[in-house]
Amino acid sequence: MRHSTSTSPVAIDQQDERLITPHTFGEYWKAFVARVSKGDLGSLPVVVGLVIIWAVFQVLNPFFLSSANLVNLALECAAIGTIAIGVVLVLLVAQIDLSIGSLGGLASAILAVGFVHHGWPLWLAVVAGIAAGALIGLLYGIIYTRFGVPTFVITLAGLLGFLGLQLWVLGTNGSINIPFDSWLVAFAQQSFLPPIASYALVLVAVVLYGGSSYLRARARAAGGLTATSTMEISVKTGLLLVLLGVSTWYLNLTRGIGVMFMVFVVLVVLTNYALTRTRWGRDVYAVGGNVEAARRAGIKVNRIFVSVLVLGATFAAVGGIFATARLASAGVSSGGGDTNLVAIAAAVIGGTSLFGGRGNAWSALLGIVVIQSIASGLTLLSLDSSIRYMITGAVLLLAVIIDSLSRRSRASHGQA
Amino acid sequence: MMTLAPAAPSAAQHTTEPLLSLRRISKAFGAVQALTDIDLDVYPGEVLAIVGDNGAGKSTLVKILAGVHPQDSGTITFQGNTVAVPSPGASRDLGIATVFQDLALCDNLDVVSNLFLGHEVGMWALDEVEMEKRSWQLLQQLSAKIPSVRIAVASLSGGQRQTVAIARSLLGEPSIVILDEPTAALGVAQTAEVLNLVERLRQRGLGVVLISHNMADVLAVANRVAVLRLGKNNGEFQLPGVSHEEIIAAITGASDNAVTRRAAAQATKEDHS
Repeated sequence: MRHSTSTSPVAIDQQDERLITPHTFGEYWKAFVARVSKGDLGSLPVVVGLVIIWAVFQVLNPFFLSSANLVNLALECAAIGTIAIGVVLVLLVAQIDLSIGSLGGLASAILAVGFVHHGWPLWLAVVAGIAAGALIGLLYGIIYTRFGVPTFVITLAGLLGFLGLQLWVLGTNGSINIPFDSWLVAFAQQSFLPPIASYALVLVAVVLYGGSSYLRARARAAGGLTATSTMEISVKTGLLLVLLGVSTWYLNLTRGIGVMFMVFVVLVVLTNYALTRTRWGRDVYAVGGNVEAARRAGIKVNRIFVSVLVLGATFAAVGGIFATARLASAGVSSGGGDTNLVAIAAAVIGGTSLFGGRGNAWSALLGIVVIQSIASGLTLLSLDSSIRYMITGAVLLLAVIIDSLSRRSRASHGQA
Repeated sequence: MMTLAPAAPSAAQHTTEPLLSLRRISKAFGAVQALTDIDLDVYPGEVLAIVGDNGAGKSTLVKILAGVHPQDSGTITFQGNTVAVPSPGASRDLGIATVFQDLALCDNLDVVSNLFLGHEVGMWALDEVEMEKRSWQLLQQLSAKIPSVRIAVASLSGGQRQTVAIARSLLGEPSIVILDEPTAALGVAQTAEVLNLVERLRQRGLGVVLISHNMADVLAVANRVAVLRLGKNNGEFQLPGVSHEEIIAAITGASDNAVTRRAAAQATKEDHS
């Protein structure tokens, strides 16, 4: 395995003369346009869509982009957004979990009955609810890997079965109120980051981003590979600082950043790290891209499926508990209605492909912000939920069409 | 016409021990006897071509070596030790790398990710720099023409994809590389690239097993040709020095087949005229 150390000034990944490398700003822009036109859309459609949605609602109702409304919007995102993180993971391995709503409902029922009726300590009730989700995910994983039943069907059975279990756990109580003085409700309804803490957090995020980019660039340069220029890193870090700083300042004008929303964002960041920087994450993408190739490469494919289904169900349970905390009650309708579909829609609108192997954790955040923006905007216009369903449905359809079109375009441009 | 020389002459020319020896390997699928008493030796620094018609048992033989199906009877000796190959992992651990015809690449991942799939450097924090550096070293050793290792495998040409698949098989430092129909789907230039690659593998002292239908490719790179016919050894030839026709004769069953019948018919026709 000897290799002649290249002493040429050109980095080893830039030696092929066919490679098109952008240098000036104009070339970067051109490369970006070319990438998008060939179907490598990434998060672009959802960001553009979000800007349009915000602009339209702001014109229709000037209260929409007010600090108070955005604070609320962020809090509304946390519960279903957390469920959507799990959906992203499951979609990445080209499977689906249709029972997430029921799992959230079951977790909230266990929490409420355990805490209020049986007098369990609150932490124990929360842990029990989440553990139920994890166990159900494990059950799904075992059924899928042992019997090869499609997860579509397993989780459809789970949707009904665990809705039944939720009703059974609740018993004759139609709905159970969680006391307002419990920390869980306080966490979801009244906890906001103090301004100092929020700015400190912004600083930490920016330093982490800039620092890790800089260290990675240095490691690449040391390894003889092209590195992002310090200039580019500074510009990006600066932009991030401005973006986060201004949003934090704006939200701090009223109540500030909700702690529950912050927890959701931290979960997104952690999931993103796991997906992009660990061996497990790489294996998840490989399994979603080509199961047979992954198996032949020695990846324990069944373990990946089980781990993803467990995580998907666990996030669903956590999301269900967040929703219960936000409403301060659990009942027969917890996790019912449109929870399932909104969470799946959020992941897909955010840019995670239904066909597996494409997408990222951020799509849970972006997608849920789009959906909640529509919901919040329509509520402000005092429009009926009938309209909300129709519009959300149309947006979801649009997102899936964009996904399919970009997939076809990638294929025809040889990038899929 | 009958040039079905037994395996003996080739063994005489090898001073080294074979890396891999198969003795009396048999395998049945239900009522079909796919392989019957197959003997085969693979030596280091040599390209062994396995040829045969459809259904001759080439793929079954590859699958036994790759650990996909175990053999029913017979022994596999690897570097002097009798071994069992019950799983793909066991085959890889022995140092046998198999590149299947369908390549098994993940289109959604880039070249580096595909090369290191299942063997990533770093568990909880992938060392992308190290992996990218090693990818370039590997591709340069193979003189492979891949413009960038950070593009998705989907955007590579057929020859480049084959190159990535072969390069990946080399990461585990194998001593034997099995290539199943590596040129089947490739154009002229890409075929030449892959054949160059096969020669470079041989120069590195690896034992290369090449399964191919394409007689031109076989004659171009192989040192030895083993012919399978209906699941049995049907001759072994040392290259160069064997004509295309002799190999074809062994593949098709020499004495009685459409080709010889036609040749015979032509000959009698000429005699009569």
